[in-house]
Amino acid sequence: MKERLQELQTEALAKVTESSTLSDLQDIRVAYLGKKGPITEVLRGMGKLSPEERPVIGELANKVREAIANELDSKKAKLEAEELEKKLEKETIDVTLPGRPVQVGGPHLLTSIVEEIEDLFIGMGFEIREGPEVETDYYNFEALNLPKGHPARDMQDSFYITEELLMRTHTSPVQARTMGQFNGSQPVKMICPGKVYRRDTDDATHSHQFTQVEGLYVDKDVRMSDLKGVLNRFAKQMFGEDREIRLRPSFFPFTEPSVEMDISCKVCNGEGCSVCKGTGWIEILGGGMVHPRVLEMAGYDPKEYSGFAFGMGPERIAMLKYGVDDIRHFYTNDVRFLKQYHKA
Amino acid sequence: MFVSLNWLKNYVDIGNITPEELAEKITKTGIEVEGIEYVADKSSNVVVGYVKECEKHPNADKLNLCQVDVGEEVLQIICGAPNIAQGQKVAVAKPGAVLPGNFKIKKAKLRGVESNGMICSLQELGIEEKFVPKEVADGIFVFPNDVEIGSDALSLLNLDDAILELGLTPNRSDALSMLGVAYEVAAILDVPINLPDENVEQVADKADQFVDVKVEATGLNPYYGAFVVQDIKVGPSPLWMRNYLIAAGIRPINNVVDITNYVLLEYGQPLHAFDYDKFGSKEIVVRRAQDGETMTTLDDQERTLKSDHLVITNGHEVTALAGVMGGANSEVSETTTTVLLEAAYFNPAAVRTASKDHGLRSESSTRFEKGVDPDRVKRAGLRACHLLSKYANGKVLTGVVELDELDRSEKQVSITTSRINDRLGTDISNDEIVDILRKLNFTFTQEEESFTISVPTRRQDITIFEDMVEEVARIYGYDNLPFTLPQGASQAGGLTKLQQLKRDIKQFFESVGLMETITYSLTTKERAELLVSPEVKQDAVTPVSLSMPMSEEHSTLRLSILPELLSSVAYNVARKQADLGYYEVGTVFISDEEQVTKQPKEKLRASGAITGDWLVHPWQQEKKQVDFYVVKGIVEALFDTLNLSVIYKQAKVDGMHPGRTAQVLIGEKLIGFIGQLHPSVQKDFDLKDTYVFDLDLDYIFHVHENEPSFEKIARFPSTSRDIALVVNEQVNAGEVQATIQQAGGDLIKEIMVFDVYQGEHLEAGKKSLAFSLLYLDPTRTLTDEEVEESYQKILEAVKERHQAVLRG
Ligand SMILES: [Zn+2]
Repeated sequence: MKERLQELQTEALAKVTESSTLSDLQDIRVAYLGKKGPITEVLRGMGKLSPEERPVIGELANKVREAIANELDSKKAKLEAEELEKKLEKETIDVTLPGRPVQVGGPHLLTSIVEEIEDLFIGMGFEIREGPEVETDYYNFEALNLPKGHPARDMQDSFYITEELLMRTHTSPVQARTMGQFNGSQPVKMICPGKVYRRDTDDATHSHQFTQVEGLYVDKDVRMSDLKGVLNRFAKQMFGEDREIRLRPSFFPFTEPSVEMDISCKVCNGEGCSVCKGTGWIEILGGGMVHPRVLEMAGYDPKEYSGFAFGMGPERIAMLKYGVDDIRHFYTNDVRFLKQYHKA
Repeated sequence: MFVSLNWLKNYVDIGNITPEELAEKITKTGIEVEGIEYVADKSSNVVVGYVKECEKHPNADKLNLCQVDVGEEVLQIICGAPNIAQGQKVAVAKPGAVLPGNFKIKKAKLRGVESNGMICSLQELGIEEKFVPKEVADGIFVFPNDVEIGSDALSLLNLDDAILELGLTPNRSDALSMLGVAYEVAAILDVPINLPDENVEQVADKADQFVDVKVEATGLNPYYGAFVVQDIKVGPSPLWMRNYLIAAGIRPINNVVDITNYVLLEYGQPLHAFDYDKFGSKEIVVRRAQDGETMTTLDDQERTLKSDHLVITNGHEVTALAGVMGGANSEVSETTTTVLLEAAYFNPAAVRTASKDHGLRSESSTRFEKGVDPDRVKRAGLRACHLLSKYANGKVLTGVVELDELDRSEKQVSITTSRINDRLGTDISNDEIVDILRKLNFTFTQEEESFTISVPTRRQDITIFEDMVEEVARIYGYDNLPFTLPQGASQAGGLTKLQQLKRDIKQFFESVGLMETITYSLTTKERAELLVSPEVKQDAVTPVSLSMPMSEEHSTLRLSILPELLSSVAYNVARKQADLGYYEVGTVFISDEEQVTKQPKEKLRASGAITGDWLVHPWQQEKKQVDFYVVKGIVEALFDTLNLSVIYKQAKVDGMHPGRTAQVLIGEKLIGFIGQLHPSVQKDFDLKDTYVFDLDLDYIFHVHENEPSFEKIARFPSTSRDIALVVNEQVNAGEVQATIQQAGGDLIKEIMVFDVYQGEHLEAGKKSLAFSLLYLDPTRTLTDEEVEESYQKILEAVKERHQAVLRG
């Protein structure tokens, strides 16, 4: 009987090895391990054996069963894996075909620049303030030390609605309004971004509507070196740590002393090239120490308080940073232009 | 202002500094040098030559064969200029010279005869046509007799000059003169300044016997001085003067006119020369013009005057528009022998008005408008007399006939070293302050750290402490200021809740595929009134317009963002970009007045427009055009994000499709609309089907601020029920949904339409609407009985209100 069992095992294992389908395996399983299979038959004949032999043969029969079952299982797993592989093979798609288009939106380049500026100054403790685009002559000019008839009003020919109302020519009126709200007794640290308007014919470098971000810091003992420090930090974060700044004297009716700030040209690294007109420097913004008349009109005592103010044009910054060559691109909203800068 | 460096060297020694270095220093100290122009490329091979012989070319009628002495040799040169003649001193470009335009001079043969150089015209040497005197415009230039043969012709013609173009800010009108620039450069380089010669040898006759001055326009003319110069010989001015005028951009005319222009540039003081014999009387009367009075100016234009204009008259006739332009009747000409010279201070505003009204901006008016230096008015007259006697044979009569109420006092400004340092953040010493004031040529008194400065009258821009802070800072050098950060109490900067919300909303639109645009706020009158949301229209009486627009295109303030936004969409569609989703957040301007007197209300709105295919999958042939529900889906998702419940109501809005437009409400408050553009509007913009939205962001902000924002995530399970109802086809889903919500009460958290059906198995004129209801109580688990009870109530309510029956 022993021989018979070993013979069965050898025979069954050989069949498993030969088999190539799951149904073959099932047949083998039924044929050898089923209730009518030869091993069961052998076990049934065990009654004829001696009591000493019985457990030995019983154990052997179980081993044989187990061996066959194991072999069947592992073969089954193998065949199943192969079958799955074949099935997946049939599911192959052309991965080189284009994907389903997704609608991708994004911010306007000017918004990205303005928000970047906002975030830089928020990081230095500034608040953001907004104000009306239709301004009174008082806030747009007079409160900024530009009385009626002042020659510097020529510098910014404006769109008037009535004699007293106009499209604001800068966002500085927001500074005057904010200082006014604080009653001359509280420090002010703010920037004001927004749309401004001037009587210019639209061309590659002029736009009757454009964007401005102005900043103001008023407190006791504000120094011009603070303005230099703050602008330096802004310039390095906005244009790169390797940029240098320089301040030059300038003139604005609402600041004294006044400055213009240049950054070293990125194209030529200060050597001089066509972008910087050979000077190595590119003008970025204007500013200065708040004029005592402006402080006074807003209710601040210029003997006690001082401050600095500055203003910049996001269009100009965008043009420098991203090489935009025509200011009208910002307002034409050509989808190809808008998309180009979503990564910016 | 154009500054010839050769001219400047008459007043300050600039040493060996290059024009570029000087320009950089001037720019950094406060006056921007906008450009440096070299008159001609340096060439040592252009010299003065003497024409020893000049005869016809043997083989060419129009050419001359000249023997020209150029110093160390005599050159044979062929010349085609009609004005060439023996005995002239001319500019000779020797072989090897390079003329402007990279024109190299070589030995050559012309019609068989050798030519060793070129005799040059001014144009050939690089002088612009407009500056070339008429008499030599068609030929070569002839030097005066006293120039040395073989000397550098370019230097004689000032063509070795470099010209700095200064961009002056309005406060620095002191630099509208060579002397002003000289003071600035003297301060920068720390060198002394040489003032021009104002000495006049006067003859015995007295000026006041020839002329009298009366000023009737009190206040407008605080100084008027008249000089009389006889025996004038009008002719060309000296070469150097002509050169300097050309460098400054002024065409030389004759010695008298050139001298007045030269002194104008030198002192910044405009002068006017009348022909005394043509003046018409012995009396100068300065007065306001009469309204409607006329005069003919030097440019032969007849001008009608107003009483705001100041005029010079001879007592009965206008002879000059004061400070702007002289009259044709008394103009200096070739035949003038006696000059009546005016040196005056005219009121800046009066000159500004006249120059503006007549569109005449001259070198003279721009200086008067800014206010000339009171100290130089009379001195400039003396300087001109000096030059007239030297270069125009003039005999200057004794005395100046003048009326003088001019304030020449110097402003006193006090500073202390510590206040300066406090303001600048510096550590400047008293001695450094002294040094800076000395460089600036300012007089002052000092008591330890306190200084009282007498500001020279040339610097009208300095009146207060802060002005002196700037003076000190710029001479000290802005570069030398330290970098510091504000030392005041630091505050945490940040966005306000609303500013953050605005950013979030914009980001939301972008996340659903819309691209942000920025369009113009100023539009046409028609567009300003197009597609205006009803709640805006209700408040806006009339659109706000500019009083003097530059064009109709940008004349009126927008009441809606949509028209300009649609115009941007159309721009792209016309360029084969047919599928677009755009949005913009911006201000509209609402005035409740017929005639605007106060600032309009500025309301923030969010608008969007979508056109073309919204879902496209090219190679799977999937294509879905945008429709109402795409836009509505976006708007719904927005309000979902904001946790605001809104109502959509079928409505008619001007410019919109009458059947495909909904108004959007929060409670009773109208906040905008969504829908399809009216086909006729689409046609006007050249657009295919386009869907838009327009929402009042200000109100959304307002509501959002006043509502609890986020609900806690529910801890208890929810139960859902579906309900399918059959109703008449006219019944709106929204109405049924509202009934369900009302009947179901607070337990219903969400109602969603999941099927709309019409057709087979349903009676004609009926439709089926299927809703999915979500029941939830955040505080406990609901029982089946409660849900069932609510469900029954709903069935009753919809039956009663909409005759709806459960679909079997
Ligand atoms: Zn460069």
